[in-house]
Amino acid sequence: MEIPNLADKWSSGVNEITLGATKDNGGTRTKTITIGGSKCVPFMDFEGNPGHKPVVAMDICDVPPDDWSETMSKPFADVLNDPAQWAKKCVEQYGADMICLKLDGIHPDKGNKSAEQAVKTVKSVLAAVGVPLIIWGCEQDEKDNEVMPKVSQAAKGENCLMGIVSQNSYKTLTATCLADGHSLITMAPVDINIGKQINILVSEMDFPLNRIVMFQSTGALGYGLEYTYSIQERERLAALTGDKMMAMPVICDVGREAWRAKEAKSGDSEAPQWGSREERGPMWEAITAVSLLQSGVDIIRMQHPKAVAAVKKCIDRLY
Amino acid sequence: MALTGLDIYKLLPKTNCKKCGRPTCLAFAMQLAQKKANLSDCPDVSEEAKKVLGAASAPPIKLVTVGTGAKKVEVGEENVLFRHEEKFYHPTGVAVTISDDLSDADFNDRLKKINSLKLSRVGTEIEIDLVAVINKSNNVNKFAEAAKKVSSGSHLSIILSSASVENMKAALANCAEKRPLVHGANSQNCEAMAALAKEKNCPMTVTAPTLEELADMAECAKKAGVEEIMLDVSGNNPKEVLQKLTKIRRAALKKNFRTLGFPMITFVCDDDPFQEISLASTYLAKYAGIVAVNTCEPWGIMPLLTARTNLFTDPQKPIQVEPRLYAVGDAKEDSPVLFTTNFSLTYYTVEGEVEGSRIPAYILSVDTGGTSVLTAYSGDKLNDKVVAKAMADAQVETKVKHRKLIIPGLVAVMSGKLQETLGWEILVGPREASGLPSYLKTVWRA
Repeated sequence: MEIPNLADKWSSGVNEITLGATKDNGGTRTKTITIGGSKCVPFMDFEGNPGHKPVVAMDICDVPPDDWSETMSKPFADVLNDPAQWAKKCVEQYGADMICLKLDGIHPDKGNKSAEQAVKTVKSVLAAVGVPLIIWGCEQDEKDNEVMPKVSQAAKGENCLMGIVSQNSYKTLTATCLADGHSLITMAPVDINIGKQINILVSEMDFPLNRIVMFQSTGALGYGLEYTYSIQERERLAALTGDKMMAMPVICDVGREAWRAKEAKSGDSEAPQWGSREERGPMWEAITAVSLLQSGVDIIRMQHPKAVAAVKKCIDRLY
Repeated sequence: MALTGLDIYKLLPKTNCKKCGRPTCLAFAMQLAQKKANLSDCPDVSEEAKKVLGAASAPPIKLVTVGTGAKKVEVGEENVLFRHEEKFYHPTGVAVTISDDLSDADFNDRLKKINSLKLSRVGTEIEIDLVAVINKSNNVNKFAEAAKKVSSGSHLSIILSSASVENMKAALANCAEKRPLVHGANSQNCEAMAALAKEKNCPMTVTAPTLEELADMAECAKKAGVEEIMLDVSGNNPKEVLQKLTKIRRAALKKNFRTLGFPMITFVCDDDPFQEISLASTYLAKYAGIVAVNTCEPWGIMPLLTARTNLFTDPQKPIQVEPRLYAVGDAKEDSPVLFTTNFSLTYYTVEGEVEGSRIPAYILSVDTGGTSVLTAYSGDKLNDKVVAKAMADAQVETKVKHRKLIIPGLVAVMSGKLQETLGWEILVGPREASGLPSYLKTVWRA
């Protein structure tokens, strides 16, 4: 029996962004990553160019995380005190496409590290690995505005992805990223209208739209995943139908959010009916990631090597 | 596409007899188009009109019921491709497989394990729905025996999977009254399998390598008189499976292509449970009516069931937590008390931050009908009286010795009035939940 044509037609697509700069482009990366470019609903390449494959950025931190469970810490126990070695392990051993360096340690409550210390960490990570770098502030506006510009200058020319800027605080980081040739993450807390608004605000400072990545804050499996899912799906459909202020690639913070869930972090004695924690935690993270992938995601931040391996393999099989 | 009022009018008697209770046939036609009237209201409608209009008013994806009683699974009758457009109505059924070639002891162990896949998280129970009995032995007696054991030994609904009509017949003889899903019809055996399903009044699946052939198979089952059909889109190539699932859903919803207007089933079988559950979750998000997996470990099943809970919630209806006092950590009489609303996302964000701070505390979830702090405040669902009542209902004054209440920074404006009504000291907390750990560590402790 003949079947009707089932390919949807889309007039537009997601912006394409290259992250990282090699020697030829003024940086020291040995490899760049290009994301975005999709002109179809995620993974439906019979109706248009699917663009670039979603990538996994593995999280590292400038201070040893104080809230990681035993299962989560174990693979990195030998490197948690050394961000450079940690980054190297993620790339060389676990196949991270990118590294996301979180500067949690600069937060006034988590060590209050100085800008100089942050710069030193960033430089050591840049020297240790050749993949493009995401540099993520501590999400305390005052401290980020003090530290991030210095970090940005120190990494000038590397085309890092820097974040995050929000409606309440965007000018300082936007201006420095513009000056130092970095790309930028705009954040809106599970709100599609604010998501658009922050992109407009940043673009009004002459920041190029094709250097922006959107972040809607991420709800983990069981903890608001559906909100993130539907907003990202709406953003993707808006991008495909020509909304230029929604056409940015999307980043998700899966690792941190998934591992905050009780289902991921609690020990075997606390929750015997949920099964072994060694499998349960990574599985929670992996399923958060693969579910969100269906809504349209370009960079997934992840933590556990087992979850990273599963998600990368799943992407390869679906893409 | 749905028929317009004028299309329908052309099929009516056009006598304006008013017997249907409407002034004219055209008015009746318009109401039919909006699904506000039933065709049966017209006593003079022709058989031809009944046929055309009956077909046009049927849901684009047929509802299929597998099983009977409390654990029956209903899938199909979906209206949208994206959940934000309306909602997804019938949660994907989750099935776990069991093979008939297992030894008696292994079979019983596995069935026991499958039966116990009922898990409790955030105060609710979630459970799988079906057991898929696989005729791996190809042996008729073994399959029939396995069907019998599952029928008597499990409360879950049943899928019988065999490409042999003879074996299926033997298995159905042992459990047809449970209305199992007959899985195994293909181009070789479709007619015979469909006749069997029809005879036993059971739903059945059809499978074929291409969508064109799949439509032929569905047509074949329909001709045999089977009404409840599921399309089997299993396969070893996940990309192809995912695309087929989307194409079939689009065919039914956007092209009104009724031959493929049935719910779908996908068997996901991968030796690596991480891959298996990842793919099952993917198919669940994109339109599978039933997913069947081999994994029967709770650490694999729980995330799959949770993904289902998340995606099948009604996006227009905020999910709520029970409005009461929650103790986070080892909260004692000197622990801080905070309140927030009973909108689940708000509550769990606050709970997550409090837990992260490692300072034991009480969180009072105030009933605001599941709205967030600002929405509730502006709609007057969150005011001093509402909070005072929630405090009294939860008997907070018996839980702590101090008389200090931390309120969301977004409603700092209500602190004066609340202090008056409640007689407690009001502390204005941070505007965002993310500020709670540092607030509790500094302001509260100081």
